[in-house]
Amino acid sequence: MNPRRQRRLFTALILIVGLSLTAGLVLYALKDNIDLFYTPSEIINGKNETGIKPSVGQRLRIGGMVVDDSVKRATDSLDVEFRIVDTGPEVTIKYTGILPDLFREGQGIVANGYLRENNVIEAFEVLAKHDEEYMPPEVAEAMKGIKHVRPEYTESQLNQGQ
Amino acid sequence: MFKWLHPYAKPEKAYELSLSFYKWLMPLSLIGIFVGCLWGLMFAPTDYQQGDSFRIIYIHVPSAIWSMGIYMSMGIAGFCALVWQIRLMEISVLAMAPIGAIFTALALITGSLWGKPMWGTWWVWDARLTSELILLFLYLGVFALFHSFDDQRTGAKAACILAVIGMINVPIIHYSVEWWNTLHQGASITKFDKPSIAGPMLWPLLINIFSVLLFFIALTGYRFATELLRAESHRKWVINLIK
Repeated sequence: MNPRRQRRLFTALILIVGLSLTAGLVLYALKDNIDLFYTPSEIINGKNETGIKPSVGQRLRIGGMVVDDSVKRATDSLDVEFRIVDTGPEVTIKYTGILPDLFREGQGIVANGYLRENNVIEAFEVLAKHDEEYMPPEVAEAMKGIKHVRPEYTESQLNQGQ
Repeated sequence: MFKWLHPYAKPEKAYELSLSFYKWLMPLSLIGIFVGCLWGLMFAPTDYQQGDSFRIIYIHVPSAIWSMGIYMSMGIAGFCALVWQIRLMEISVLAMAPIGAIFTALALITGSLWGKPMWGTWWVWDARLTSELILLFLYLGVFALFHSFDDQRTGAKAACILAVIGMINVPIIHYSVEWWNTLHQGASITKFDKPSIAGPMLWPLLINIFSVLLFFIALTGYRFATELLRAESHRKWVINLIK
């Protein structure tokens, strides 16, 4: 390789390594801010490294699994209340509105709302988080015993949602 | 080591080679995409949670994977162009940029169409979606830089530098779902252990991913050939060719 090429190769490699390092450090510094949501244990105990807890009244996103048998729907309105969990404590979420198709117990969700008490969130948006498993219904039923049933809404509840 | 490559540094040879890529791979890839889509859209079983909506995976995943793959090959071509000052490499970067931009846009649009019924929102600023959007801007930036200088070689150099720098974004896109909490789900098929997608759904997807790769190579061959003709329009071999 002639010296000019060698110099260019060297410059280009330095450029790539330097910029990767910069990008890596920036992303590392912003680690907590890039996370889309808090997990329930982070809300109760604070973020893993920094220990920062969200304050009451703060607007935040929370993500976790819906606890089995925790979903309580009002019969005469679209109010719904449920608890979500990751590995530790549970957090209660209150929401008014129609839930996405994928919402059900045991499903991962992300809710956007305000922290009302240290473990209660009043959400104005609930998004379903899909996992990376794809399988036909028969396989799912055989493997996991899951049968997908849509939540039933009455006529008056649906009218209220519009 | 690369002696066998040397003849293709001649524009005439490179032109012939890229056109033959186009000629052979274009029909093959179209057949593959047709088979993959037909199988995926008509015959693959429905998903246990998402019903028929999951079928957008057959468009979304191939375009998303290759939006990153094309960027890597564009970045490597840009790197070679800068270090060895190979003119043809610069032209190949120019050939790949708009194709990659379209793949990225397709991945973003199909993902958003899927997101509305499944997540409940068209768009969310999580790490995966945001970094993929940055990828689109990088492609557009590379393409724009090429044409923003009066002197072609200066523009090509600037575009190659951006292409090389932008490669940093590709691993960020890929690992975004592991490094941070995102709404976007983790990888289904590029995991080292068993893919978490059932066999009858997986096969048409693999066919489509492979066919889209061939489609990209064919398109690049065609674009490369035309850009080469344009860049060398005053040369003797082009004049002879057109005559």
